[in-house]
Amino acid sequence: MSSQSRPLSPHLQVYRPMYTMVLSISHRASGVFQSVGMLLLAYWLVAAASGAEAYAKAATFFGHPLVKLAIAAWIVAFWYHLFAGIRHLVWDAGYGFEKQTARRSGQLIVLLAALASLFTLALAWRHLGGGA
Amino acid sequence: MSLRSPLGYVLGHGSAREGVHHWWHLRTTSAALVLLGTWFLFSVLTLPDLGRAAVIAWLSKPVSAVMMFLFVLVTVWHSMLGVQVVVEDYVRGKGARVLTLVVVRFLHVLVGAAALFAVLKLALGGKA
Repeated sequence: MSSQSRPLSPHLQVYRPMYTMVLSISHRASGVFQSVGMLLLAYWLVAAASGAEAYAKAATFFGHPLVKLAIAAWIVAFWYHLFAGIRHLVWDAGYGFEKQTARRSGQLIVLLAALASLFTLALAWRHLGGGA
Repeated sequence: MSLRSPLGYVLGHGSAREGVHHWWHLRTTSAALVLLGTWFLFSVLTLPDLGRAAVIAWLSKPVSAVMMFLFVLVTVWHSMLGVQVVVEDYVRGKGARVLTLVVVRFLHVLVGAAALFAVLKLALGGKA
């Protein structure tokens, strides 16, 4: 039997979206998003190592409003992925699988990620807000 | 009926001891990144400014240089393992999947090597 025509078990799209399900896929999405951000981190470091001219070019790039917006989004993705990752590590240790516990820990990590994001975005405002 | 023995089927597919390597490395790098990532974020955000001189002054300090080296190394490693899982789950067809995995791995090594070299150059290169 070819791998294309095998019967499949019900997949994501047949289920009504649920809170915990959205959190789960967000963990992956925020991870992949940060992998893209890694390219910008490398560009920033290589530009700094290459010399003043290259760094000035990079500064123009990083000063673009869309790039600044993306950096703000990376900060949020970082905190979400960090707290959701800790939740995964707790699961790996064998705790927190009860339905109510899993829902509550899901709400907790969203709250923590929101607070940490607000705090660091306030810190970042100095760099992202103005013309730098 | 196959003439291959049950042992013959499983030989060469990895031992049980090796099977959790990927899983374990994803977890240990994640634990390290809780510290390294938080350090990086707060270090950059508290720099006096983001001009080249400030960045060089920051990375010339041995503690910053070592932490930054580790941050980049572990980030690339964790990202490579994580993206690998996503590719294995969502890219259909064996050929496309293997090709994507190889491209992902090459890209990570390339980006990692470039970023690590840049950190070393900034840390060791003086004030140029």
